[in-house]
Amino acid sequence: MSEQLADTKRSPSERPIKGDGLWKKVRISFKKSKSAWLGALLVGVVLTAAVFAPALAPHDPYQQDLSSSLRPPVWDGGSSQHPLGTDHLGRDVLSRVIYGSRISLLVGFCACLMAGTVGTTLGLVAGYFGGRVDDLIMRLADIQLAFPFILLATAIMFVLGSGLRNIILVLGITGWVIYGRVVRGQVLALREKEFIEASRSLGATPFRTLTRHVFPNVSSSVLVIGTLEIARFIISEASLTFLGLGVDPNIPTWGGMLAEGRQYLSGQWWIATFPGVAIMITVLGLNLLGDWMRDLFDPRTAS
Amino acid sequence: MTRYMLRRLSHSVFILVGISLVTFLLVHLSGDPASLYLPLDASPEDVEAVRASLGLDRPLHRQYLEFVRGAVRGDFGISLRHREPALNLVIQRLPATLQLAVAGMGVAVLTAIPLGVVAAVRRESPVSTLASVAGLLGQSMPVFWLGLLLILLLSVKMRLLPPSGRGGISHLIMPAVTIGTYSMAMVMRLMRSAVLDVLGRDFIRTARSKGLPERLVIYRHALRNALIPVVTVTGLQFGVLLGGAVITETVFSWPGLGRLLIQAFNNRDMPTIQAAVFVMAVMIVAVNLITDLAYSHLDPTVRFG
Repeated sequence: MSEQLADTKRSPSERPIKGDGLWKKVRISFKKSKSAWLGALLVGVVLTAAVFAPALAPHDPYQQDLSSSLRPPVWDGGSSQHPLGTDHLGRDVLSRVIYGSRISLLVGFCACLMAGTVGTTLGLVAGYFGGRVDDLIMRLADIQLAFPFILLATAIMFVLGSGLRNIILVLGITGWVIYGRVVRGQVLALREKEFIEASRSLGATPFRTLTRHVFPNVSSSVLVIGTLEIARFIISEASLTFLGLGVDPNIPTWGGMLAEGRQYLSGQWWIATFPGVAIMITVLGLNLLGDWMRDLFDPRTAS
Repeated sequence: MTRYMLRRLSHSVFILVGISLVTFLLVHLSGDPASLYLPLDASPEDVEAVRASLGLDRPLHRQYLEFVRGAVRGDFGISLRHREPALNLVIQRLPATLQLAVAGMGVAVLTAIPLGVVAAVRRESPVSTLASVAGLLGQSMPVFWLGLLLILLLSVKMRLLPPSGRGGISHLIMPAVTIGTYSMAMVMRLMRSAVLDVLGRDFIRTARSKGLPERLVIYRHALRNALIPVVTVTGLQFGVLLGGAVITETVFSWPGLGRLLIQAFNNRDMPTIQAAVFVMAVMIVAVNLITDLAYSHLDPTVRFG
């Protein structure tokens, strides 16, 4: 009942696109966009590597073989046994790069889910209720923005200790601000719309109004931010691990490999090159997809 | 205007209080601060003695007030490692970090604004394509990997620039490019879309139709208006740059605040961590305040809105 009434009050342009219409729009836009294709391809490659790592990696990423350490890649005088060469402990670089995708994607995705949930909830509450709650939440965001991310993250990692779970926690806690701000801004505008007022005047609880009517209208923004934020989180995790504050150095991660490879820059270029290429492919793919989605959902910012 | 400034100022004070609270709590969340001053096998009596001498046996809010009183006077305690007032260490390292941040900002703004404008004005030109590719790559490349690649290419292979340390201008080039690339990409993309946005406005059509040369239309009308949002983002990038300094300084062994901070973290040197974090955060708050005031000067709708 409430939806019906709300619907008649909405002008067609305000109605969120639903069902077939949305998917059709997405499909058509995707087919036309070269950058969306490239983005999907790059992300697809990385996802495949992560899922099928045991089948794709030629060696055990942990297996050390000191007799064949620091071998160059196959085209630079190495053997086809280790296509991308080996590191100082004789571990296969290609296998470690493939397994590294697992950590990066896991951290990026989990942290994004956490930050997105916290940020969207706080943004919805701040924008819808306004007043003191809004003030409190937004001041909290301001304080957090005064700290450079890496500073805040290193500080929290210092308190919690390093490790995979803590790094997800840190990124999840610090990442909520952007969702909170964007969602709040949109809710402020939505709050004045007739269909929200209709829902409220029909006696819907704030929870129902927020989840059934407000949230669907901000969900596309959340999705766009989420895609771009996964990319940022992947870089952040690699940075923290590079600084020695992140994931255990024994676990194959791209940031950890770069930190080790740094010591061999003058002779063995490959150790610090390929993990970086892997990070860039992943992040580039996610950024391309994110930009495409932003243009699709918000034509005003389209370039 | 005065009212806007006062409101904005009180806002900054509020943020500073929050920052001091966070910096203060850092010590207490990471375990018993007294244990930092003691060997592992210290007796309970020794622990109590140290706690009393450090004032840790007093209630938390009293300790916080004590911390704030010290922070306002620039007293963060003695560095556990260097046996020197922590603030002195921070101030010694500050010029190196500011030099790096300013140089990085210079690299970013000086390349981003011309590239962004050209990319917007000549949408189909190769420059425009180059700008979009550079923008995407710049935002996708981890700062530290870019630094490593530059060292590999320019120091190891071509032997053009020194790989680490602080000295003349040759030492500054690679760190400045490394730290500035992300902001460059950011500012360029924004500049491009801001110019595109302005070029579609009515006053540009008026300027053109009254016969103004296209060059003047761009410089006098489009650029000035497009710069307004860019000023804000450039100011906010300062915080990003200071954060980037932590990583860039590690990669290039640059003797700045970021490296001091990471070393202090590794040594669990609490007073130094607090001083460094607090000083960095205060600088960012100050720059954001200046940016906002500059913005309100450029765009009068803000201060009366």
